[in-house]
Amino acid sequence: MNARYLRRRAVNAFNLSIATLATLFGLFWLVWLLWTLVSRGVQYIDWSIFVQPTPPPGAAGGLGNAIVGSGLITFFGVLMGAPVGVLAGTFLAEFGRGSRLASVIRFVNDLLLSAPSIIIGVFVYAVLVATTGHFSGWAGSVALAVIVVPVVVRTTENMLRLVPDTLRETAAALGAPQWKVVLAIVWRSAKGGIMTGILLALARITGETAPLLFTALNNQFWSWDMSAPIANLPVMIFQFAMSPYDDWQHLAWAGALVITAGVLIINIVARVLVRPQSR
Amino acid sequence: MSAIFQAIVARKPRSGSVLDPAFRAVTRFFAILVLGLVLAILGALIAGAWPALHEFGWSFLTTDAWNPVTETFGALAPIYGTLITSLIAMLIGIPVSFGIALYVTELAPRWLKRPIASAIELLAAIPSIIYGMWGLFVLAPLLANVVQPWVIDHIGDWPLIGVLFSGPPLGIGMFTAGLILAIMVIPFITAVMKDVFEVVPDVQKESAYALGATTWEVMHHVVLPYTRTGVVGGIMLGLGRALGETMAVTFVIGNANHINASLFMPGNTISSAIANEFNEASGEIYTSSLIALGLVLFVITCIVLGGARLMLARMEREK
Amino acid sequence: MIMEKIMHKLLAAALIGGALALLGSPGHAADVKTLNGAGATFPYPVYAKWADAYQQKTGVKLNYQAIGSGGGVKQIEAKTVDFGASDAPLKAEELQQAGLVQFPAIMGGVVPVAHLEGVEPGQLRLTGDVLADIYLGTVDHWDDPRIKELNPNLDLPDKRITVIHRSDGSGTTFIFTNYLSKVSGDWKKNIGAAKAVSWPAGVGGKGNQGVASYVERIDGSIGYVEYAYALQNNMGYTLLKNRAGHFVAPTQETFKAAAAGADWQHAQGFYMILTDQPGAKSWPITGASFILVHKKPTNPRQVQAVLKFFDWAYHNGDQMAAELDYVPMPQSVVKRVEQAWQQSIKGTAGQPLWPAK
Repeated sequence: MNARYLRRRAVNAFNLSIATLATLFGLFWLVWLLWTLVSRGVQYIDWSIFVQPTPPPGAAGGLGNAIVGSGLITFFGVLMGAPVGVLAGTFLAEFGRGSRLASVIRFVNDLLLSAPSIIIGVFVYAVLVATTGHFSGWAGSVALAVIVVPVVVRTTENMLRLVPDTLRETAAALGAPQWKVVLAIVWRSAKGGIMTGILLALARITGETAPLLFTALNNQFWSWDMSAPIANLPVMIFQFAMSPYDDWQHLAWAGALVITAGVLIINIVARVLVRPQSR
Repeated sequence: MSAIFQAIVARKPRSGSVLDPAFRAVTRFFAILVLGLVLAILGALIAGAWPALHEFGWSFLTTDAWNPVTETFGALAPIYGTLITSLIAMLIGIPVSFGIALYVTELAPRWLKRPIASAIELLAAIPSIIYGMWGLFVLAPLLANVVQPWVIDHIGDWPLIGVLFSGPPLGIGMFTAGLILAIMVIPFITAVMKDVFEVVPDVQKESAYALGATTWEVMHHVVLPYTRTGVVGGIMLGLGRALGETMAVTFVIGNANHINASLFMPGNTISSAIANEFNEASGEIYTSSLIALGLVLFVITCIVLGGARLMLARMEREK
Repeated sequence: MIMEKIMHKLLAAALIGGALALLGSPGHAADVKTLNGAGATFPYPVYAKWADAYQQKTGVKLNYQAIGSGGGVKQIEAKTVDFGASDAPLKAEELQQAGLVQFPAIMGGVVPVAHLEGVEPGQLRLTGDVLADIYLGTVDHWDDPRIKELNPNLDLPDKRITVIHRSDGSGTTFIFTNYLSKVSGDWKKNIGAAKAVSWPAGVGGKGNQGVASYVERIDGSIGYVEYAYALQNNMGYTLLKNRAGHFVAPTQETFKAAAAGADWQHAQGFYMILTDQPGAKSWPITGASFILVHKKPTNPRQVQAVLKFFDWAYHNGDQMAAELDYVPMPQSVVKRVEQAWQQSIKGTAGQPLWPAK
């Protein structure tokens, strides 16, 4: 056993241990974060969280209006953003392989994907809030839709590309027009993947706070009115967490747990959807 | 679409082909809408930032004053904070991500690979406001009471780098923000690295092993060079995320519009400055300066992404 | 298959929910159900309490978002809310230019709070110029001789002072810096008084609540908050030396004393700053918080409802305000305010919106 070989073995062992430590490092933070969430939030979760509105300081209450408001805003955000994303992604996958325009759009889409969400909030404020004269749930939905679009474009294009060309060629050979090929064959084939993409986008916007700060603002009462400031979980958590009131801070932790649980559930559902594809 | 497909489609009868151009036009419309959206955002930012840029010119980027009373605004402090916190995030995040990707692809027993990969991805799913709350309520006190005093006492006096770790142990500040950002970008970089490590052809790795290489040497001399492009891409993705992150940073950065040598001192980043002050900024120049900050951030993000794309394209061509 | 069925059901539920939301959007009937206001965090605790009681009595919801005085002014000017709230009053020319009417709703005190191991609330004594120097950064340790001489009985540690200020545009900051400008020539020259200033030192917290949070968390810190926040959290408030030379504690009594001498009669647009008032018992950093509405609002019904709310608060909210150590407006001022409403706030046909039918 010469020295050089031993040194190589040592370096190897050293680096592999570092890799193991790095993994433990990563897992450590995850466990700590989740532990904090659960230990600080779970004790304040009960029925009143979902049923009562947010209270003024010093009174008892829940998060019901914030949960409902968030549900509305995210629902419309996905409703507005997903179709745009799917259709744009379809264009890139079906008609845009190799075209200059498509490359530009892909690049620009990546830009949008990485754009800081606060910039999107500022943009929507300038375009919708300042011009119409009020904060609104709609403005919040539009901001979230802008975040949804690039995610869905990316995943849709990737999923559609995975559909083998032979499928398309067979359908065309049988006389189907192109639009029918795409709609009936390609989309149906990539259905699971596209849904996954939409769900991932949904998961992403569920926790977004920054774009809602200047668009939907917040509301301490029950409200179904999307054309006015509407209660939503992230902004409410932000306000309550920074407040000096104990009961508000408890509600903030409970809300944090609710949001995280929601996001995790959506992620799991998205994952499960993809599995059956591998038949 | 493939050439065969095109040929078939071109040769088919007229019926049903009225809808074809329509369908194509509709999808093209939405694709261009995406392009239009980004241009609109850029346009709105420039329009909003114009008064401030006109007023201050290039000095906006080099002044560190942020004075709403005299209406003098300079972006230097937020830009500094953004870059420093992102740098810390990268310095911590890249090695850790590499280590995790290495572990998952080469070291972990088969039954452990998926669970660990999923666990790390979970870090990405946690909303950023949760990171902020955890950072302020849990991490910061720990840093302030235990970690920072120790570091300040022991490293604060060292000749060159000591100044980076001096000052009162506040718990909040640029280091804390950078650390939290690191944890947030780790899942992104890890996911990309893991994916590209896995596509390295087994043949290449096996040849190296057959020659007697250790695992580390295979990583270092075979896998990494092969996956250079992907690795750089993943790092850029993580960097983009770190630069733009708002909520997690706002809770712990300390919102001080000053440039401090010490990492333990509070600072400011572009996104937290906007988040804190936008709703209240009254006066045209103040609001416009905040939007100008946003424009700077957007431009920085574009440069990082564009640079990454160029690098990747060049590496592709070199192969 | 099962997955698909579940997805279909979820989609249906979501669509129904969405439809309900769309239906829920007004057609505003004749009655106003929700009012939107935004602004100062200073009066937020008392506005929230009033809003809750008002909703129980009348069913009208007053949704107030405490985004800071700067935000209140900006949003009412942009007409994105029905009323704005600011602790920094606008001068008559500014009101004129923006077409706004301003009136005071409540008064309270801004209190320096310090977090120092071993020092109880109400023990630490400071004077205006020492406070200013702390915020300027020239006095940077707790055992500085000037602080020691004011507090001979306290065992002050050799600890750095961490200054906490506001990171957002704040009327509380305006009141605080106004006071500092009055008692410190250095402060006035170098920094000035405004809703947001260029702080020479320290950490910025968002809202009164952000400052309170940081002070609670950081040992050796000092900040300034509206008194209700200090009270709510048992924070370490300090005693200040007032103009008359006495060390006073922040209480409803000392706030009232400061407000007593205020000359509302000659205040143009109710512009009034109550810092550094004369009087043996006066608390030096007292302030009033103001409401801003448009003179000729584009939504007169909403604004009329806002006036109704504040009229109700003036006549029924005193007890609730006192519980939080705020000082309600004296009846003489209320009369003047409502007169101003009648004279200045007009509906679309030029008719006065007050008194409301």
